[in-house]
Amino acid sequence: MAFEIVGKRAVRKDAAAKVTGRAKYADDFFERDMLVGKVLRSPYAHAIVKSIDTGKAKALPGVEAVITHEDLPKLKYATAGHPWSLDPGHRDVADRYILTDKARYVGDGVAAVVAVDALTAEKALKLIEVEYEVLPFVLDPEKAMLPGAPVIHEERPDNILGATSEEIGNIEEDFKKADYIFEGVYETSIVQHCHLEIQSAYAYVDADGRIVIVSSTQIPHIARRIVGQALGVPWGQIRVIKPYIGGGFGNKQDVVVEPLAAAMSLAVNGRPVRFALTREECFVDTRTRHAMKLYLKTAVTKEGKLLSLHMKPICNNGAYASHGHTVALSAGGKFRLLYDFNSMKYEPKTVYTNLPSAGAMRAYGCPQIFYALESHIEDIAREMKIDPIEFRKQNLISVGKKDPHSDIVVRTFGLRECIEKGKQLIKWDEKLEKYKEQKGIKRRGLGMACFSYASGTYPHGFEIAGARVVMNQDGSVQLQVGATEIGQGSDTVLSQIAAEVLGLPYDMVHVVSQQDTDITPFDLGAYASRQTFVSGAAVKKAAEEAKRKVLEIAAWKTGLSIEEMDIKSARIVERKSGSEICTLEDIAMESYYDRLNAAPIEGNASANVRTNAMAYGVTFAEVEVDMETGRIEIIEIYNVHDSGVIINPLLAEGQVHGGVSMGLGYALSEQLLFDTNTGRPLNNNFLDYKLQTIMDTPDVGYAFVQIPDPEGSVGQKSLGENTTISTAPAVRNAVLNATGIAFNKIPMTPQTVFEKLKQNGLL
Amino acid sequence: MYDIVGIESPDTLEAAIEMLSNNPNLKIIAGGTDVLVQMRNGALEEIALLSLRNIPGMADIRIMDNGTISIGAMATFAEIFRSSIINEHLPVLSEAAVSVGGPQIRNMATIGGNICNGAVSADSATTLFAYNAELKLLSREGERTVPIEEFYAGPGKVNLQPAEILTAILIPETGYRKTSGCYIKHSTRKAMDIAMLGVSVVCKTAGGKFTDVRIALGVAAPVPIRCREAEAYAIGKETSSEIIREIGRYAVRASRARDSWRASKAYREHLIEVLVFRALKEAVIRDGGEDIG
Repeated sequence: MAFEIVGKRAVRKDAAAKVTGRAKYADDFFERDMLVGKVLRSPYAHAIVKSIDTGKAKALPGVEAVITHEDLPKLKYATAGHPWSLDPGHRDVADRYILTDKARYVGDGVAAVVAVDALTAEKALKLIEVEYEVLPFVLDPEKAMLPGAPVIHEERPDNILGATSEEIGNIEEDFKKADYIFEGVYETSIVQHCHLEIQSAYAYVDADGRIVIVSSTQIPHIARRIVGQALGVPWGQIRVIKPYIGGGFGNKQDVVVEPLAAAMSLAVNGRPVRFALTREECFVDTRTRHAMKLYLKTAVTKEGKLLSLHMKPICNNGAYASHGHTVALSAGGKFRLLYDFNSMKYEPKTVYTNLPSAGAMRAYGCPQIFYALESHIEDIAREMKIDPIEFRKQNLISVGKKDPHSDIVVRTFGLRECIEKGKQLIKWDEKLEKYKEQKGIKRRGLGMACFSYASGTYPHGFEIAGARVVMNQDGSVQLQVGATEIGQGSDTVLSQIAAEVLGLPYDMVHVVSQQDTDITPFDLGAYASRQTFVSGAAVKKAAEEAKRKVLEIAAWKTGLSIEEMDIKSARIVERKSGSEICTLEDIAMESYYDRLNAAPIEGNASANVRTNAMAYGVTFAEVEVDMETGRIEIIEIYNVHDSGVIINPLLAEGQVHGGVSMGLGYALSEQLLFDTNTGRPLNNNFLDYKLQTIMDTPDVGYAFVQIPDPEGSVGQKSLGENTTISTAPAVRNAVLNATGIAFNKIPMTPQTVFEKLKQNGLL
Repeated sequence: MYDIVGIESPDTLEAAIEMLSNNPNLKIIAGGTDVLVQMRNGALEEIALLSLRNIPGMADIRIMDNGTISIGAMATFAEIFRSSIINEHLPVLSEAAVSVGGPQIRNMATIGGNICNGAVSADSATTLFAYNAELKLLSREGERTVPIEEFYAGPGKVNLQPAEILTAILIPETGYRKTSGCYIKHSTRKAMDIAMLGVSVVCKTAGGKFTDVRIALGVAAPVPIRCREAEAYAIGKETSSEIIREIGRYAVRASRARDSWRASKAYREHLIEVLVFRALKEAVIRDGGEDIG
C-alpha cells in the first residue's frame, strides 16, 4: 500500500494548543457561583460506619451541603470503563456506593462537603463526627483467602473476586512427557499511572434539568451510563463533556469522581460544584496496577522445546472490584500467542484486600504476566545452558497460529525480525563477549524480553466506534470522533487516516478534540490500544462515505463513473490519466448551494469491529550495576515493535519513550507502600513515590518492523500500551547477566539489590 | 489548601524583628518550599506569615576582609551554585546546592530556610557542617553567632530563639582555605528527591597524607552529624585506599541510623561506609592526588 499521509511525521493536531497553554482542561473551566467539593476519608483500613454527625460541619459558615451514604440512593454500581453488556453474566461487579457505609481501605470516602471554597470545605471535614466500629483487615491476597480472614464484601465471603481456569491441550500429560520441569515464583508491586492531570470534574444541572459533568475521562459515553446507574437516573438525563486531558493510562478508564461530583451538585440544587482530587488522594482513591504473585511451572524437552506451561497469578485487587478479574483474564488471552506451547493452563485468582482498588493500567495485566514469563523463560534457558535468544526463537509461534479460546489468528508476525533488529542495535554478541568475566565494582550486563499484545478487546470485549466527517464549503472537513484524545495522539492519527482516505492535505482535516455525549458519535473511548485499530476503522468508513458522496456529485457533473475518479490533494482527478477534473471545493460548493440537489456532504459511520490483530515486540537493555550501592543504571535500551503500519512515526516514537520510562519505573523504583500495622499509605506523594524523572531516563532507542496487517484499516496494529510491557523483564535479565543474580521481585530498588548481593555473598 | 490569614513583608531587618517580637505567632517564610508544603499538608493552620523577601541584601554572597565568606540566608540554591565565590572557594556547597530538588525548587528555596527547617536530609546542612560554618542570628537582644552543629536540636528542630532571624551563614577562612572536598547525595532518583544518605567531606592533604579531614553525614542520625572519630583517625594517615576504607568504617560508628520504610539501618550503615570512601577518594583526586581505585 502506498500512502500519502499515513506514515508521515505529521505534527500533533493539539501541539500548538498545548504548548501555548490554550488547551483547556477540566480545571480550566469556570462557572458562576461554582462551589467546591471535598471528601472525608476513613482513617481505618476496615471499619463499619456506625453513625455520622454532620451538624457541626453544616453549621460552619460557607458550607452549603454535607452528604453521607444516608443521603444517596442505595444503589450498588460498577465503575469499570467497559461497554455495558446485555448479558447479565458478563457485567462488571457492582460492589460500591458513592459514599460508603463500611470503609474497606484507608481513604474510603464516607462523607462529602460542598462549600464556597476548598479551605472551608476542608475545615468542615474536620467537624464531621464519625463513629466507626473498627474491624480486622487484610492486605495480602494469599492471607485474604485463608479461612477466618476478614470478610471485605459480604457477597464474597472468601474474598475471591474471580477465579478461573482455562486449559489448552492437556498439561498433565505433557508434564509426564517432560524431560525437565522448571518452577518459578515472581512478584510485582502496586504502582500507579501518575498522569500529570489528576482526576477532576465539575457538575451542574442545566436549565432543562439534566446533569452536565465536565470531566477528565477517557470514556465519556461509558461515564454517562455509570453515573446514571449510580444515581438511579435515566442515562439520557446525563451529559458528559470531555475536554483536553493530561494523561490517563487507564486510570481514567474508570468512573471515579463523576458520580460524586453529580451527587454534590444535586445536593445544592444543581449549582456547579468542582470535585478535584489532590495528588495524595489520587494515589489512594483512584486505581492502581494489580500487584501480582505469579506461580509458573514449565515442562521442557531435553532439546529445549517448550511443552507445557502452568501459570497461576494471584492478583491483589484491593477493596473494590473496578476492572477486577477482567485484567487477569484479558492478559491471559494475550500471552498465549507468543510461544508455541503444546498445552497451557492459566489459573488466575483475583482477590479483595483492604487496599486501594486496582483497575486498568497501561497494558492491562501484561507487564505483570510478561515480567514473570520472560524472567522464567530466561531462567530456563540459562539452566539448560541454551542461548536465551535462541531458546526463545526456537519456541516462537508462527503466522497462522490460532488461539482456541478466542479464535484470534495471527496473520502477521514480525517478532523474529524485531529480535534480530534489537540484537544489532545493542551490539548483543560483541558486548556479551566483552562482559563475560567482570570483577569490578560496576558490572555491565545485557538482557532482553519479548511480548505479545492484542489490538483492542475483541472477542472478550465488544468493540464499537463512531466517526463523523462533515465537509465544509472549501472541501476541508471536520472530523468528529468518539475516540478520546488523552495525549496518546489519537486525534492526529485519526485525522491522518481521514485525510488519506479523502485525498485531503492533513491540514484540511479539522478534528474536534472535545467529546460531548450529546453530540459525539458513540464510541467506547480510549483504552486497550484500540483507537487506531477500532476507531480507525470507523474513521475510514465515515471518510469513505463522504468520499463516495463527493464522487457521486462529480459523476453526475462529468458523466464519468465513480470508479473512474479519485480525490488527490483536494482535487477530483481522472484515475486513468491523473488529470484534474475540478477542485474538491467546486464539488463542496455544489453540495451546499445547488438549488436542486443541495445536500452538504457528511459521512457517518459506526464500526463494530469483530476482529483483532496480535502485535509483538521486544526490549533489549544494557545495565550497569553498582555492586556496592546496589544502584542500577540503564546504559542503553531499545524497543523494537511489530505494530503493523506505523501511521505516525513521530507519535510512535513518543509512545516508546513514555512506555519505556514507565517500564523503567516499574522495574527499578516505583511502588506504593502501605503500613502493614494500619493499612495506611506511606508514600502517596511524588516525593516518596519514586516516579522516574527525565534525569533518570536514558536515551530510548526504537525501531519498527512494519508488516501491514490485513485486518487494520491501513495495516496498523496496536502500539500505545505495548511499549511498556517488556521493559522490566529485559532489565531484570540484564541485571541477571551482570551479577548472576535473579531478581524475582520488582522494583529492584538499590536497597533490595544490596540485600540480594549480601545474601549471595557478593558483599 | 493554604490556610494563610495574613502576610507581612517588611523591608528592613529591624522592622522584621520588631514584627516578630510583637507577634510571636508569625511564621517566617523565606522561599516557601517547606512552609507551603507543611501548610498544604495541614501541619500549619491559620498562619500569619512574615516574608523576608523584601529585605535588601539578605541574599548577598561575599568575602569579608578577614576572609570569612558570608552567605545571606535568603540566597537561593540557584544563586549559590551559580556564584563564582562559592564555586571557587566552597565547591562542595555548590555541588550540594545543585542537588536540591529541581530547577523550580532551586530558584525558590533558600539556604537559610533549608537550615531553619531542621530537616536531617537538608543537602546544604551536611556540607556546612563539613566547612565548619557558623550562623549569624539576630534578635532584639542583638546578634549572636553559633556553630551550625550547635544549632540542630532534633528532627525538624533548631535552636532558633523566639523572634530571632537567621541572617547569614559564615564560613571562616580556616574552614575552607586550601581544602578539597566532595558531596555525594544518595537518593533513588537523580533529581527531585531527598537524600537517603548525604555525605559531605572536606579535607586537606600534604605529602600524600591527610592533615585535616571533616566528614559530615545527613540522614545518619536524628540531626546532621560530624564523624569525629573517623576524622581523628585520618589525621596524619596516608591517602591510600586501605586507609580511606578504614575511615569509612570509622564513620559508621558516629551514626545512629534507624530502620524506616525509606531505608533499613543496615543499608544506611553500608552506604555510610561506601560513600564516605568514595567521597574522600574523590576529594583526594580533586586535591591533585591520584585515583587510588
